[in-house]
Amino acid sequence: MTFAVRVRRAFGTHWYAWTMVAPVVLVIGVIIGYPLVRGVFLSLTDANEANVERHIGVNHLPATYKFTGLDNYQAVLSDSVFWDRLGWTVLWTVGCVSLTFLTGLALANMLNRTLRGRTFYRLALILPWAVPAFISIFTWRMLYNEKNGILNKLLAGGGIDAVPWLNDPTWAKLSVIACNVWLGVPFMLVALLGGLQSIPGELYEAAEMDGANAWQRFRNITVPGLRAVSSTVILLSAIWTFNMFPVIFLLTRGGPGDATEILVTYAYRLSFIDSPRDFSASAAWGVLILVLLSLVAVVYRRALRKQGEVW
Amino acid sequence: MTVSAKPTVTPRRSMRNKRSPLASAGLHAALIAAAAVAVFPPLWLLVTSFKPKNDAFSTGLVTHFTFANYSHVLADTEFLTWFRNSVIIVGATTVLGVFIAATTGYAVSRFRFPGMRPLMWLLLITQMFPVAVLIVPLYNLLASLNLLNQPAGLVITYLTIAVPFCAWMMKGFFDTIPVEIDEAGRVDGLNPFGTFWRLVLPLARPGLAVTGFYTFVTAWAEVAYASAFMTGEENLTLAGGLQTFVNQYTNDWGSMTAAAVIIAVPAALVFAFAQRHLVSGLTAGTTKG
Repeated sequence: MTFAVRVRRAFGTHWYAWTMVAPVVLVIGVIIGYPLVRGVFLSLTDANEANVERHIGVNHLPATYKFTGLDNYQAVLSDSVFWDRLGWTVLWTVGCVSLTFLTGLALANMLNRTLRGRTFYRLALILPWAVPAFISIFTWRMLYNEKNGILNKLLAGGGIDAVPWLNDPTWAKLSVIACNVWLGVPFMLVALLGGLQSIPGELYEAAEMDGANAWQRFRNITVPGLRAVSSTVILLSAIWTFNMFPVIFLLTRGGPGDATEILVTYAYRLSFIDSPRDFSASAAWGVLILVLLSLVAVVYRRALRKQGEVW
Repeated sequence: MTVSAKPTVTPRRSMRNKRSPLASAGLHAALIAAAAVAVFPPLWLLVTSFKPKNDAFSTGLVTHFTFANYSHVLADTEFLTWFRNSVIIVGATTVLGVFIAATTGYAVSRFRFPGMRPLMWLLLITQMFPVAVLIVPLYNLLASLNLLNQPAGLVITYLTIAVPFCAWMMKGFFDTIPVEIDEAGRVDGLNPFGTFWRLVLPLARPGLAVTGFYTFVTAWAEVAYASAFMTGEENLTLAGGLQTFVNQYTNDWGSMTAAAVIIAVPAALVFAFAQRHLVSGLTAGTTKG
């Protein structure tokens, strides 16, 4: 069978499947594929606001940036700013994901019992998920307000000095983490509750008859039973948190100074806020973020596979 | 496959001894504390929105109940324009996104075709892409297509955020619909598109609803692209518009709270419908390739 015939035959069998996926491939190709390739290319040039192709009035100025190889990467990686931001981003991701996961796990275990008012608690606890994130973030900004926010007013009522929630580097870091944990817990809670409910009750009864105490039941039944759903939500949550633009951008704009700036917001700042806009450095940051995340995902998957997970 | 979310749990603790009153009290205390933390910020937002502008930061409950913030936001600001922009953009994104996600999900669920595996991977990986890599090239791309400050530009951008995830969810839903239905359609002389459109899609209506809700909520709350691609008061979406109430120079918290409440209510209602299915779709899609 010649190649052309094979292609034609494959097309004959699969043309409807291909037609159905074509829109997605097209959209992803144009809106993600092209910008991605272009982003990688930009990161290898010295493009900035002053030398890209642009229009001023009726005049059309052609692009004058040139190819500079790996210069941007060298500059970024040898700059302590990148490593500082990376250190904080890792701390931020690990802190947020672990706190969110542990809180979600604790609450899910509490809710997964027969108790009065269960529906009420469940609804109240997932409420933060129902409010659009940027609304919640603005609300938190209001609560955190140093002079007039309710948190400091309550502290003042107890005779405690005002806390500079968003204006002191350390406090600001704690505040953004707290806000993000608040935003993230409902998702964890619902996912883990679903996981808990899929564990057969007989397992617990059998363990109880064998004399296992509460901790042993948790350790030997709940934890393994939750492994599949946990590994998924932890990976997803880590990726989301690593790239969590709105919380940082809307709560502190990366400040005070650049204390709370994570990699994503810093890359955004380079190309949209700082002047002159530095497109190539921003693109280099972006590519590095993508590489880091891919590495984490691959290592994570491999670790799971070693433990015999199918995922 | 979506076992995880089925509420049909046999009361598993029935055989267990009753909790001691002390343990019960502790459990309720912990849950009440957690619920209070969860509910307080949105509740406080709601309360503040009914306070006169100058009382925005008073600690008490509402003493002088007023709708002034709401009428100010609706009458004297560009809020309604932003609201209209958001509705147009989010509406178009939802309709297009659900349709595209459904066809893809169906193809992936029913057919084994060359390129399927890479496609599934592609859909999974695109969820990982940071805004930061794409935003500058995308900005340039939209600029060269004259789509900056145009709803269409944001719509296609949002499609790339919502569609990969939705396609996975729709695959999960289609997997639960028996293949015999497709075969029956085939026997009756329908082509694959007819089977999809007339037989399978109507059965997947709950799935479509959930995907639609998800797309709606995602697009309604998106900040980064909206802030970068839309400039000028009259082009902003709600996420961008709200930032103008509270920025470095002006702190109009009264208007901000009222606007926030108006924005949050439709999203919360939509969410209430969708939340139960969201997670089952999510875990089904990601744990079962």
